[in-house]
Amino acid sequence: MRGLSTREETSALIEPQATNAAHGSPPPLSTQFLPEKPVVIIEPSRKGAGLGLRDLWAYRELLFFLAWRDLKVRYKQTVLGVLWVLLQPLLMTIIFTVFIGFLVQVPTQGRPYALLVYIGLLPWTFFSSAVLQSGTSIVSNAHLITKVYFPRLIIPAAAVTARLVDFAISFIILAGLMIYFRAGLTAQIALVPALILLVALLALGFGMLVSALNVKYRDIGVMLPVVLQLWMFVSPVVYPLTLVPEKWRVVYSLNPVVGIISGFRSAILGDAFEWHALAVSAAVAIILPIYSAYLFRRVERGFADII
Amino acid sequence: MRPIIKVENIAKRYRIGASQAAYQTLRDTIAEKVRTPLRRLRSGGAGARAEESIWALSDVSFEIEPGEVVGIIGRNGAGKSTILKILSRITEPTLGRVELYGRVASLLEVGTGFHQELTGRENIFLNGAILGMRRAEINAKFDEIVAFAEIEKFIDTPVKRYSSGMYLRLAFAVAAHLDPEILIVDEVLAVGDANFQRKCLNKMQDVRESGRTVLFVSHNMTAVTRLCQRAILLNEGRVMEDGPSHQVVSAYLSSGLRATSSREWPDPAEAPGNGKVQLRSVRVRTEEGANADALDIRKPVGVEIEFDVLEPGHVLAPNYHFYNEEGVYLFMAAERDTAWRSRPRPAGRYKSTAWVPGNLLSEGTMVVSVAVSTPEPVAIHFFERDVVAFQVVDKLEGGSARGDYSGPMPGVIRPLLEWETEYTPAAGAGALSGGQTA
Repeated sequence: MRGLSTREETSALIEPQATNAAHGSPPPLSTQFLPEKPVVIIEPSRKGAGLGLRDLWAYRELLFFLAWRDLKVRYKQTVLGVLWVLLQPLLMTIIFTVFIGFLVQVPTQGRPYALLVYIGLLPWTFFSSAVLQSGTSIVSNAHLITKVYFPRLIIPAAAVTARLVDFAISFIILAGLMIYFRAGLTAQIALVPALILLVALLALGFGMLVSALNVKYRDIGVMLPVVLQLWMFVSPVVYPLTLVPEKWRVVYSLNPVVGIISGFRSAILGDAFEWHALAVSAAVAIILPIYSAYLFRRVERGFADII
Repeated sequence: MRPIIKVENIAKRYRIGASQAAYQTLRDTIAEKVRTPLRRLRSGGAGARAEESIWALSDVSFEIEPGEVVGIIGRNGAGKSTILKILSRITEPTLGRVELYGRVASLLEVGTGFHQELTGRENIFLNGAILGMRRAEINAKFDEIVAFAEIEKFIDTPVKRYSSGMYLRLAFAVAAHLDPEILIVDEVLAVGDANFQRKCLNKMQDVRESGRTVLFVSHNMTAVTRLCQRAILLNEGRVMEDGPSHQVVSAYLSSGLRATSSREWPDPAEAPGNGKVQLRSVRVRTEEGANADALDIRKPVGVEIEFDVLEPGHVLAPNYHFYNEEGVYLFMAAERDTAWRSRPRPAGRYKSTAWVPGNLLSEGTMVVSVAVSTPEPVAIHFFERDVVAFQVVDKLEGGSARGDYSGPMPGVIRPLLEWETEYTPAAGAGALSGGQTA
């Protein structure tokens, strides 16, 4: 109040052109419509902070822009650009086909090994790159976090979204392989979108979790590539699920990626689904993102202070 | 009138450990968890580490009305940036509550989120979205932004090929076209050349005239007095003064809050510097060697810096930056000692003094920022703003540029010039005066 009274006396002296605003005779247009309730309340947040869904919705365009930036920059900086998205799983397929399919002779139940491994690599490449990139996204966007407000959840979500675009592109090669190997489609192909949704949710769940923890514990970001490498070998990526002995399959299927990758194979090649494994995947893909989002919201308040 | 910003008793605590180590490793946390369960139990958890934290803000309250333009001033570490960060929701207050009755846009730096590889056009959209603009809004203002930045020809060139001036203009142009009810600005005007600064100031003036509420943090006292009706002075996290900006600015300048003529950093952990060079002390002295707050305008002023070189082998040049009380940058001076020019320095302590000649500075308060840098390739080892200040006083004893005049003298410097006067007697006047004397 002290500031107010002194200003009344002197504002005319110092800033003649500013007196309107200070004395309030004709208030500026924007101020006539001052809302009754605060637009924003800033308080130390309590434990049970919600997900801030309304804020996320308001900033939905930023999700698109950040994903777009990610793709644009990646494709601009490399000579081959978008071709890399196609080449990477293709090269991996060739390597695995030579070393595992040809030398180790993995049983494939009559399917061409190259096709089998490509279908495995398709969701796996998406999953691992999405987890890796969203997991490190908060730290690598530190400059944004310390300078401007927006719902932080958008950052890991945008990283997953960008990889989803790569994922979609890599289906082109799959179409080529399917034609080359004369593999027919069945009605089960209709389940692919649902599987894509599941793997995206799963990647988002892990990505949010890792990105939040990585701010405080940078070891996690360092460990992540190694963990993902190991994870690939305990998932049916370069071998079919049938290679795992029957009695171990229940334990093996606790890995939520198992159901999704074998599900992709079944949907595309028209085989029977491993419903147990798929049920585990679906449960984790629904519960984990919710848990991660709450955890993320709880720790995000400290991001700017410790990053 | 109802306030548009209502700040009630906010406080912010930082953990010193967190700010120093930047982040913890998993091992540290595990080790700590194992070591401290007893201590935690005894003291009830949260308060256990109270002694390791500092309060960047304590009990800060103020209200701002719609259309007000308020400057926030104070010396480094007074809590200015913390307030802006809380109001722009980058960090949370530890205590207290803020109510904002309008859309906020904060501009804590220009070009947040700009990407070097993207073109000007792409960066406008990206940066706009980051600052909270809708795509439709950016589309509508796109041409205006490009025109303001004067980069029409280069709009589809990646910004990495821009000159720094173009880059800044574009970044500011996007920010300047935000349309919030509340605009929060931090020191953006400290960048860019004089032309650019003038443009920014003018734009801020437009913003003010459009009736928006602006909160503005700056070291530039001229800008604060010119742009803001009201100013809030912070010191050590508390509100010291709140009132008309010219009053608060002069209170600040005369309060000694920044006017200390010597500073020392006895604790190396707190001294400005990096692993290579560390500041020890800075002081203002007379020719006789005494520390001085007030100096005779006719006498040289010595500014002495002591620093340690921790890592040998770097070419170093201490440099000073002189400002007057209005924040006008008077001049810069770098060490020219031929002994150390282009010569890598061995480790050890160095003490350099620069002498500002007498009869050069104007009367008033002078503020000095100091830095030690390597000239080629440029590397700044530390740059400490507003380290020392001193008064320049004309005692009116003659020998200064005043002569016999004792009124106010404008101007940022006051050199004592050599005057030469030629006199040619007028034709009639000579005869007349001759006649009188005779």
